[in-house]
Amino acid sequence: MNAIEFENISKQYRLGYVTSKTLGDDLNRWWTMNILHKPDPLLKIGSVNDRAGKADSDYVWALKNINFNVEQGDVVGIIGKNGAGKSTLLKLLSRVTNPTTGIIRARGKIASLLEVGTGFHPELTGRENIYMNGAIMGMSKQEITRKLDEIVEFSGCERYIDTPVKRYSSGMSVRLGFAVAAHLEPEILVVDEVLAVGDAEFQKKAIGKMQDVANGEGRTVLFVSHNMASVRNLCKNGIVLKDGSIEYVGTANQAVDYYIDSNVSSFNKSINIDGINVKHGIKDISSRKAEFKNITILNEDIENLSTDEPLNFEITLHRNLSTIEKCQCAIIIRDTSDIRFATFVSPIITFSKNSDDTVAHISLKNHHLAAGKYKLQFDLGLKDYVNGTINYDIIPDALMIQVSKFSKNAQLSYAAWDKTYGFILDCDSIELNK
Amino acid sequence: MEQQWTTIIKPNAKLWEIDFKEIWRYKDLWALNIKRDIKTQYKQTVLGPLWFLIQPALTTIMYMVVFGGIAKIPTDGLPQPLFYLAGICMWQYFADCLHKTSATFLANAGVYGKVYFPRLITPLSVVTSNLVRLGIQILLFVAVYIYFICTGADVHPNLYLLLFPLLVLMIAGLALGFGIIVSSLTTKYRDLIILFTFIVQLWMYGTPVIYPLNTITNETLKLCMMINPVTGIVEAFKFGALGVGYFSWALLTYDFLFMLVVLTIGIVLFNKIQRSFMDTV
Repeated sequence: MNAIEFENISKQYRLGYVTSKTLGDDLNRWWTMNILHKPDPLLKIGSVNDRAGKADSDYVWALKNINFNVEQGDVVGIIGKNGAGKSTLLKLLSRVTNPTTGIIRARGKIASLLEVGTGFHPELTGRENIYMNGAIMGMSKQEITRKLDEIVEFSGCERYIDTPVKRYSSGMSVRLGFAVAAHLEPEILVVDEVLAVGDAEFQKKAIGKMQDVANGEGRTVLFVSHNMASVRNLCKNGIVLKDGSIEYVGTANQAVDYYIDSNVSSFNKSINIDGINVKHGIKDISSRKAEFKNITILNEDIENLSTDEPLNFEITLHRNLSTIEKCQCAIIIRDTSDIRFATFVSPIITFSKNSDDTVAHISLKNHHLAAGKYKLQFDLGLKDYVNGTINYDIIPDALMIQVSKFSKNAQLSYAAWDKTYGFILDCDSIELNK
Repeated sequence: MEQQWTTIIKPNAKLWEIDFKEIWRYKDLWALNIKRDIKTQYKQTVLGPLWFLIQPALTTIMYMVVFGGIAKIPTDGLPQPLFYLAGICMWQYFADCLHKTSATFLANAGVYGKVYFPRLITPLSVVTSNLVRLGIQILLFVAVYIYFICTGADVHPNLYLLLFPLLVLMIAGLALGFGIIVSSLTTKYRDLIILFTFIVQLWMYGTPVIYPLNTITNETLKLCMMINPVTGIVEAFKFGALGVGYFSWALLTYDFLFMLVVLTIGIVLFNKIQRSFMDTV
């Protein structure tokens, strides 16, 4: 059963000041709609919502034709860049402002948490503010009285509960605000990045409470956040918004991956390090005794690699000091959120005596990477277990690859695990001791 | 299928679609708002709620000096403090309500931008919390009243005094109506805020607060003052309590109808503006 249905929702905003031309526009709109009975003339114009682009119209669509349904008991994370329309969507749902077109239908009481501690009055005590805030959120006085002890305990401000809120530290008033919000009992809860407040202990508590609400109590939750970890943690499903439209709908993990992946560079089989488009990680030329010239991956389809497929690279190196005779190449694998997965260090590569350039072929045999996109960083240097690592050159984000299946062998091609499982090691790595 | 949905959010609802049931559901918020308004008004002041009494007392003294003493405006043969205090109580309630309700949208934009509740709760709470203030001032009035009766002043209270609750209700209705109209209009065109301050000041002089209505001999001027819906109410109060002044059922009926019209226009306009004001404020 659907708890919320968004049908053709759009929201238009006017750019710049809302004064000078407005009276004229108002008259124009009124004339066309009420006298000529034609659709709103100002809604036809209006560009998509791209924050950075230059405006070519006075009106902008913060949201455009949003259609989606939320199941009862579902926890949906809404992600997207700043200005993608996330908060506008929540504002519409919490009835702070009206949609320009479309209709939203919802079943049950909606409570929105666009901010914690709305309506707090600095002169009133913590206890009085719990009542104020609760009432603004739609709780009855009785309900608040019933839960007062629980709220006070959850906030951890018991000692200050009869002190005016203006004497509170900012963290304390946030805790108090969240404590009230956490004890609302709506069927639909709308939350906008309020978890990113308070200290670590309180955040843990808040997330725990959110999880209880989401999992145990069967409420429907819409959650906007830039914290991908908490979206993964809390949400079942995810929606990616871009420029006011829905770009992706899937499980929370899929949506987060999609969002992160859409922000990184595209696939490239080869990279020329020319110092203009691609810069060396080590800027200082005097310490760059040797450097990368070109890195090429030789595998055919770098977007459909398999876990058991060796990765083959052709690396062109150049030495700036003829005294450099040998070096090693390290391949560092990161996932798209820039978390390091692994580092592989090659054997020693020797430069030929009469040339400063050399080409090395490297094969990374057992990388065990699970399905997912990965970024490769290349380091050039020497790994010395006595003196430590010496780096000549670093190329961060040199290449991107994607592993999509377990094996090239058609029978084993299904990728059972994605990168959240880390490396996939088969039975050879584990021995059964008798 | 449609009936199962409890909340339907649409671009524009009909003009007359006002959910009074919803307002009733939020009655606790209403009560808490009143409590907050009263509690916080004089927090961290030494005299605290005594200010409720000091303010009208000082204003009365000021009027006695300026209008009674210097300008020598007659007070219908009544003791000056009694005459001025009666006018001040009524007018001050009207002006306070008007002043505060006309700022509803602008002053509460922060809260309105974050949480939904029936917006009408805010001006309604303002009007009701000011009632408490009016009540305290009326107590002061009663004290002064008793003093003058004991000293044998020429005051004649009569049965029309029983109309007092109705008069207060009418004043509240007028202030609420005018206030929310202004607050709705100021979300877009802020010129009105500046203009409105002047209008309220002028309005006081156009209402028989510091002078009795029967000192106006110019017929056109008198008619203009009768059109002002507050005139009839203030005069009716003075007539009931002090036995002098102008009273007519016709004028009071006119004032009542005026109040109903203004209030209706106000509520409809307010209801329409509240849906989209966050985008324009």
